Amino acid sequence: MNRDIYPLFPIPCSLTMIEYEPVIGMEVHVELQTESKMFCGCKVDFGGDPNTRCCPVCLGLPGSLPVVNGRAIEYMAKAAIALDCSITPQSIFHRKNYYYPDLPKNYQISQYDNPLGVDGYVEITVGGITKKIAVRRVHMEEDTGKLIHVEGNFSHVDYNRSGVPLMEIVTMNPPPPGYDQIQSADEAREYLQRLRQILLYLGVSDCKMEEGSMRCEPNISIRPKGQEKFGTKTEIKNLNSFRSVYLGVEYELKRQEKLLREGGTVVQETRRWDDSRGMTASMRTKEVEQEYRYFPEPDLVPMRFESDWIENLRSSLPELPMAKRDRFISQYGIAEVDAEVLVDSLDLANLFDNTAKHTKDPKAVANWITGEFLRLINATGTAISDTKLTSKHICGMIDIIENGTINRNIAKTVFEDMFNTGKQADQIVEEKGLKQVTDTGAIEAAVDKVIADCPNEVERFKAGEERLVGFFVGKVMKETQGKANPGVVNKLLKEKLG
Amino acid sequence: MRLTRQDIEGVAHLSRLELSEEEMEKLTGHINRLLENFEELQELDTDDIEPTSHVIPVYNVFREDKSRPSLPPEEVVANGPQVDGACFVVPRVVET
Repeated sequence: MNRDIYPLFPIPCSLTMIEYEPVIGMEVHVELQTESKMFCGCKVDFGGDPNTRCCPVCLGLPGSLPVVNGRAIEYMAKAAIALDCSITPQSIFHRKNYYYPDLPKNYQISQYDNPLGVDGYVEITVGGITKKIAVRRVHMEEDTGKLIHVEGNFSHVDYNRSGVPLMEIVTMNPPPPGYDQIQSADEAREYLQRLRQILLYLGVSDCKMEEGSMRCEPNISIRPKGQEKFGTKTEIKNLNSFRSVYLGVEYELKRQEKLLREGGTVVQETRRWDDSRGMTASMRTKEVEQEYRYFPEPDLVPMRFESDWIENLRSSLPELPMAKRDRFISQYGIAEVDAEVLVDSLDLANLFDNTAKHTKDPKAVANWITGEFLRLINATGTAISDTKLTSKHICGMIDIIENGTINRNIAKTVFEDMFNTGKQADQIVEEKGLKQVTDTGAIEAAVDKVIADCPNEVERFKAGEERLVGFFVGKVMKETQGKANPGVVNKLLKEKLG
Repeated sequence: MRLTRQDIEGVAHLSRLELSEEEMEKLTGHINRLLENFEELQELDTDDIEPTSHVIPVYNVFREDKSRPSLPPEEVVANGPQVDGACFVVPRVVET
């Protein structure tokens, strides 16, 4: 081989290797937190004995007629508006016909070509990059019953869930100009989390993935980078936590890439995530395009949404998580990471907001809430809404730190006490005698005692071992049960030790 | 448009209907005669007519979100061909 020409232009490995890019579509189902079902008066609840929340309507008995739950429509419209969707002026229900015992009517009342909301987005931030993930549609339907597989070749059917108001939110792939689509497992998880935050703020669902009130079925494909046409997609089911959404999507992307690199092809199919084995497996269903024979639901009349009604709903929306995060940063000057933690729960955000606006030091409030408060919440397993601690408590404590009544160390003890007992900070300080000692005489006595007790350390300090100052401060603090004013202690030590 | 024997078999399967050879022949004829009637309807000029999804001009019939008592579970399953306690029992079907 002629070495003069050949090695001059080595072909980099990456050029011979096709690079793939993922395309992920997301179908999310959310059960609404209404009092009654979508089309009948049976209660909406989780758990309970089988078939205790059923009536002729949700059992599909002949002669029964559905009537639409007004609040369910309002909730879904609110959600659609919050996702920046346009509300379809005239919307109707369709029958989706299929034979499967999870619905006794042999059809599901759903929406087809006139969904309630179209063309919205969910904003996500991953790795510091913000994207608007395009949402194609938000539509209304009813949930199905539950099949419980038992011994032998039988299943038990519980129709308690049949007819629970269900909202379906579907992403748009490919997205329109100016919008994005989900392209990684991280983004898939983030999309779901952001969507959940918004719905929780609206109060339309409790969005519990582990209880199935929020469910997602991502469809996943990969294509050579630069190719416009989508690759063959697979759909994943049985993802019951944010963690499994991430793991399931990641697994499926890797599986497809390996398959293609080895010269195989992806088969269009539904795959089930197995959490304990950490893998997806084919559900071995015949993947014929389902023939649902949709037609307009004759038992329900069309809905018309006047623009006044839509605008009223729009103005009734609460401040949404992303807007709240941005306001916290600009209004209170807190760090973005803290703002993210605070807005993750509406209760936490409200606690911060109500406290911060009454103090001169919002950053301190953010630190106390994201630090001590969340530590105690996690350690005690208390729900934020159930705590005895209010903004008044935190304001009171910050006040007495600022006016020098207590120092920051003692404040931690006071904070924990307030959290456990619901007593105000000044009361705790009074009862436990935690007042900061600023009286120079008392601190001086403690300093003198420490110096007398530790001749060796004094010697070493004087010989230049300056870091021992921390040791002396600690000793003095111990002498004063932590109540000495740290500034005074430092000043006195400096004087006495030269 | 004419439906073929194959279309009828497909629709029968989707509706879980088991049809005999004779019924299949008869129904293929029936449904095609029905379709012919619709073809006649389609000759009408409907350009200026708004599509209808419902026959009565009524909109927005909503119910207040109030729950009310459900049926006792034994009544819920009363019509079930096979029942175990308060549950319906169905043949195990592969998940779709």
